[in-house]
Amino acid sequence: MNWRHKHLLGIEGLAPEEITLILDTAEKMAEVATRPVKKVPALRAKLVVNLFFENSTRTRSSFEIAEKRLSADTLNFSASTSSVSKGESLVDTILNVERMMPDCYVMRHPSPGVGQLISGFTKASIVNAGDGAHEHPTQALLDAMTIRQRKGSFKGLRVLIAGDIAHSRVVRSNIHLLNTMGAEVTVCGPATLLPPHIESLGVKASTAFEEAIRGKDVVMMLRIQLERQTRGLFPSLMEYYQRYGLTEERLKLADKDVIVMHPGPMNRGVEIASEVADGPYSVILDQVENGVSVRMAVLYLLLGGGEDVSAH
Amino acid sequence: MYLLIKNGRVVDPSSGTDETLDVLIKDGRVEAVDKKLEAKGAEILDATGLIVAPGFIDMHVHLREPGYERKETIATGLAAALAGGFTGVCCMPNTDPVNDSASVTRFILDRAKAASPVHVYPIGAITKESKGEELAPYAELREAGARALSDDGKPVVKASVMRRAMEYAGSLGLLVIDHCEDTDLAGEGSMHEGTVSVRLGLKGIPAEAEIIPIRRDISLARLTGQRVHIAHVSTRLGVEAIRAAKKKRLPVSAEATPHHFTLTDEAVLGFDTNAKMNPPLRGKDDVEAVIEGLADGTLDAIVTDHAPHAYEEKMVEFDRAPNGIIGLQTAVPLALDRLVKTDRISLKRMVDAFSCAPARLLGLTDKGRIAPGAEADFTLFSLRKQTCLKAEDIQSLSKNTPFLGMKLKGAVVAVVIAGRVYPAR
Amino acid sequence: MKRKTILDAAGIQRTLGRLALELAERLQGCQGAALIGIHRRGVPLARRIADKLNEVEKVQVPVGSLDINLYRDDFSSAGTAPVLRGTQVDFDIEGRTVVLVDDVLFTGRTIRAALDALVDLGRPARVQLAVLVDRGHRELPIQADYVGLSLNTRREDHVELHLTEFDGEDALLLETQITAKEGRP
Repeated sequence: MNWRHKHLLGIEGLAPEEITLILDTAEKMAEVATRPVKKVPALRAKLVVNLFFENSTRTRSSFEIAEKRLSADTLNFSASTSSVSKGESLVDTILNVERMMPDCYVMRHPSPGVGQLISGFTKASIVNAGDGAHEHPTQALLDAMTIRQRKGSFKGLRVLIAGDIAHSRVVRSNIHLLNTMGAEVTVCGPATLLPPHIESLGVKASTAFEEAIRGKDVVMMLRIQLERQTRGLFPSLMEYYQRYGLTEERLKLADKDVIVMHPGPMNRGVEIASEVADGPYSVILDQVENGVSVRMAVLYLLLGGGEDVSAH
Repeated sequence: MYLLIKNGRVVDPSSGTDETLDVLIKDGRVEAVDKKLEAKGAEILDATGLIVAPGFIDMHVHLREPGYERKETIATGLAAALAGGFTGVCCMPNTDPVNDSASVTRFILDRAKAASPVHVYPIGAITKESKGEELAPYAELREAGARALSDDGKPVVKASVMRRAMEYAGSLGLLVIDHCEDTDLAGEGSMHEGTVSVRLGLKGIPAEAEIIPIRRDISLARLTGQRVHIAHVSTRLGVEAIRAAKKKRLPVSAEATPHHFTLTDEAVLGFDTNAKMNPPLRGKDDVEAVIEGLADGTLDAIVTDHAPHAYEEKMVEFDRAPNGIIGLQTAVPLALDRLVKTDRISLKRMVDAFSCAPARLLGLTDKGRIAPGAEADFTLFSLRKQTCLKAEDIQSLSKNTPFLGMKLKGAVVAVVIAGRVYPAR
Repeated sequence: MKRKTILDAAGIQRTLGRLALELAERLQGCQGAALIGIHRRGVPLARRIADKLNEVEKVQVPVGSLDINLYRDDFSSAGTAPVLRGTQVDFDIEGRTVVLVDDVLFTGRTIRAALDALVDLGRPARVQLAVLVDRGHRELPIQADYVGLSLNTRREDHVELHLTEFDGEDALLLETQITAKEGRP
């Protein structure tokens, strides 16, 4: 099967085979990092513009490394240094950058649906690196790569995603991906951080963490932002930790071969105990490593069009 | 001097008329309505196969002038109204400056008179600068030509202010129109809170943000004994509360927009900012309830909430886009295609909602009927002709509509204002 | 369009056998040598040659595989990205004699890409090239050290190697537009 999309705006709508193709390609990309020369010329002469309208050192670095490993030229464009801070509209920004002949935009933005908005104004491919609380497809893919490495497949896997479900783009992308691949997803968090109608996405929802974690094969913890407390969504970080923090005690309720994941950056002692984060079940650092491979795979599939020379 | 409209199907819910009749007009007023009328030297308008209805009045329009002429001017807004089959419009006061004084009201009326035959009934602000604190000078506004009061775009947050507004306006015979939204509960929401908002990661506005202030206004109508009109009802809860209030004979009236009886929140799925409005597009069941409300008269009037925004204002991130769409040129065809053709509401009720009900609510006694002595304002439309709005047909300065290119059965053919005929373009 | 079998299964076996003998002779028993097949059909060919060497010389030559899709020079954005098969070289190529193995040598572009891919894995002492068929029409100054069969072709002809591993049969096929006569070596 070959890749046939111009953009990667979200996981929603991808077929299982397409997700598998990305993961298979990412596994091949992982090999590049083990070489003395950690770089291939696949995207030589391609210009990738990293448009970050929100701070994200982690995701941006991961994309930048992926781009460099594929020999693409990169241009970093962040909101604070750009004309956006002078009031230029997003569409105008795109129309301007467009004349620099980019081949791809990697875009992070606080508003859901910006990929759909700018796709009407560019000839380049767009990779959504997070649009508000909508989607963050490469995060879900790197999570999936990590899960597949440990569990082999997704069929029937019991996955718990816990924390700030309401404001998380990671949750939505992961729900779509895991549902598509045949896993069973439960989301859990305080009622104020569990959006109404979340079950319509095909998940179980619970506010009782210790019940929800029982027997799970994968436990994915989400970052709790301090500002949610000041906006009255829960009383205190301490109370949050007491009810929803992933401690060693609670982890014992999960399957004995459970893996613990976190998209980072972690708040130790808020959503996750240090002993768990650094413990034997944690695959958190694998996720970081897989992030580069997945992003290389996505960029290669979107931009690496051409004849398959190894086929003849 | 004479105009004779021949062979039209005259539909006038105020008198229960629905038959093929001729209408004779002299000096801008109806002279006679009867079979086979003749008048020597009269201009003849052949209305065979057309519906002749009392002139349609849109109670809820944003003409944007003064202050936002980039979005719309009085002239372009009225051109759209004329093309859309309206003989009169009420313009909301959220201009810059806000229409909270006789001078702004007079400015609007002067501009309108110079620009278009369409009648304009300005709506004055409920509170000064629509800030929700001090009452605007209602008597002065009425004197200048204001027909109703509203802080539309914003709710009147304080119940005490709303109470005083209803009391004072009621004593002057002015209708108070409230934009019912609990802005605190709505928060930063940019669409209806439901399965679509959770899927798109957009913050939602729950139906309760509408019903809480509607219930308050109904309570205040009981307390004051004065009229209150609920703008753009969008939810089943809202429709049901108003229906119950009317059953108790409380002086409550209400309106609904074409977008709230045609579109659901699923229109937001592609992040089209032309699907962003306030109140937001709701769920299927809410759309159903709005149609039921229009059918049984719980919702008295159909209004457009015509809200022009410039191209660049709408061509932005969904959650940063302004609310609203233009509606004057699509309202009548949408009602004909989605409500009348499908037998959801009767033709008579549709004409009532566009014409008689607004005239009644605004106290325009010489409008909203076709009878000797009434003003000769009519809307002529066809049930068979198709409407398909193209960008170049739009008379508004702004083109923000999700209905472009939609094929709709039913079309406005002409309007008559004060006895003069204006064929639709 | 005419399709002609140039080599059948036995013919392919014989040709590979001869290639293995040549390798053994020129590399003096193949100590310190390695075979790296180029995806896709170079990979099973490399394995088969290694098996023959094992039979004849009783020597275990390490075999790797090389995916050159990340090293292509046709940077057009047309078409979809080729599926990656992955590079797998589990031995150190530093100081070794590496023999690249491919099925058909044509324009030379694949080998150019393979050389780039190979040097990113380390610095071999020597790199040689073994191909089952050389069909001519080179676009780059590249030639093979070991050639199973030289075939006269027109540029627009198709030379296709079928292998049991992928196609269920072993056969070398030539597809020509007009007549097959001039195609004979």
